[in-house]
Amino acid sequence: MGNSTVFNIRGLNVYYGDFLAVKDVDMDIKKESVTALIGPSGCGKSTYLRCLNRMNDLIIGASVKGQVSFENRNIYDSNVDATEVRSRIGMVFQKPNPFPKSIYRNIAFGLKVNGFTGDMDEAVEKSLKQAALWDEVKDRLNDSAFTLSGGQQQRLCIARALAIQPEVILMDEPASALDPIATLAIEDLVRELKANYTIVIVTHNMQQAARVSDETAFFMVDEDRSGYLVEHDDTQKIFTNPTNQRTEEYITGRFS
Amino acid sequence: MNEYKPVANSINPNRKRRKIIGASVYCIFLISTLVGIVGLGVLIFDVLDKGIPWLNWQFLTDYPSRKPEEAGLYSALIGTIWLMFMTALLTVPIGVGAAIYLEEYAPRNLLTKAIEINVSNLAGVPSIVYGLLGMALFVYYLGSSEQFLGRTLLAGALTLALLVLPIVIMASREAIRAVPDSYRQGAYAMGADKWQVIKGVVLPSALPGILTGTILAMSRAIGEAAPVIAISALVYMTFIPAHPMERFTVLPIQIYNWVARPQEEFRGLAAAGIIVLLAILLTMNAIAVVLRNKYQTRSEE
Repeated sequence: MGNSTVFNIRGLNVYYGDFLAVKDVDMDIKKESVTALIGPSGCGKSTYLRCLNRMNDLIIGASVKGQVSFENRNIYDSNVDATEVRSRIGMVFQKPNPFPKSIYRNIAFGLKVNGFTGDMDEAVEKSLKQAALWDEVKDRLNDSAFTLSGGQQQRLCIARALAIQPEVILMDEPASALDPIATLAIEDLVRELKANYTIVIVTHNMQQAARVSDETAFFMVDEDRSGYLVEHDDTQKIFTNPTNQRTEEYITGRFS
Repeated sequence: MNEYKPVANSINPNRKRRKIIGASVYCIFLISTLVGIVGLGVLIFDVLDKGIPWLNWQFLTDYPSRKPEEAGLYSALIGTIWLMFMTALLTVPIGVGAAIYLEEYAPRNLLTKAIEINVSNLAGVPSIVYGLLGMALFVYYLGSSEQFLGRTLLAGALTLALLVLPIVIMASREAIRAVPDSYRQGAYAMGADKWQVIKGVVLPSALPGILTGTILAMSRAIGEAAPVIAISALVYMTFIPAHPMERFTVLPIQIYNWVARPQEEFRGLAAAGIIVLLAILLTMNAIAVVLRNKYQTRSEE
């Protein structure tokens, strides 16, 4: 099933008040693959990412027009519950944001709010193993999450997102606050996770996009400061033989 | 850019004068600090000097009496403890609830702004005003029919609750506002709804701040004499209240009563009463400081 699509996005426009932040995006996102969103600062790629699990609902004044179909259902339909969307489409943020709780309870929280009744210890262990963190924390699950290093905290946040077994994980520059070694650990993890999860990752780092992703979408910002999708294709094609000249200029570092 | 060239003869550094000004400003500020500290020191010394001879176990466990050597503040001490816990019981749910509403639910509009400004203003209203309000509302209006409320502990606690609610609301709001938004985002991203986010992430993080504010508000409440005099009006109590619908007295009233007596011995008793009240207040403030420090070191990790 590696090639069926999870998301069909059609005519997506995002506004902050009157300001059009993202303009007319059409995109299909493939199941169990990694899609990278790249582009210069302010091109709306993070805003776009946050539309995919309705996190933009939390921003006062933000509104979304158009269609974001997730498994053939528009997540912006009035009868769709945003909490259900977010429990199926997890998110990892730019800065690691563990809760001020123990490592164990950071992971248990998501399970509890979603009404998990199974074996909590087992679920916590499983998601920590999936996030390649188990060996480092198994002896101190009751320590505060703040005792972990930045890279470990970010992997804890990934484990936390995995715990509720979402189908998609959105990552908003997950490694930009981390050192190079921690960044590599996150990238390895992303490559491993795509066997079971669909991953959409925003990144500023083009090498990172080239290393981890199967497809890449390049966003630009127009003269009204609205972001738009320039090109979306296989990562290899984008980085070796892009169709659009702006893409090529950006990839080769002629502007940033 | 034009290059700036100082003109030597138009500059007068006057370093000597600046040094003198600097030194005198330092002295003025130091004296300002000392006035407060020395004043407090003299006050405490005076109280300790007069009160310690009267301070013993009997003083804590005896009822007030006309004979100074037999007088104690048992009923006032128990009344203060009763009043403090009842006020806390009334204030915490309402105050924290209001703070949660204002911070997490209320839309940002003119009405909520007006409420916010008024809450801060209420914190500055003199306490006797609350006492008179409590007397009119709880003692006379709600109390007149078959002594439903009357001059009871409950009426006193309700009055003090009104007095300290603005403080608790403001402290709780500040604590809630200090919770990083990234916590909320993280919780929402896992499919939590608003109340789950508040209950699971916001309140636990804000709790130390809320507790600190509440304790400080309570220490304000038990030190107040004016509003409680308006409610209680009773200083000579030879029983302790057994339930919230009984009459009561508190430490500040007892102290006030002793100070007003002509005999010298009662001054000593008043001083001893002040020591007891101060000990309670300092203990509560110390708990608040410990909580705050614990909270700060935890969030810095």
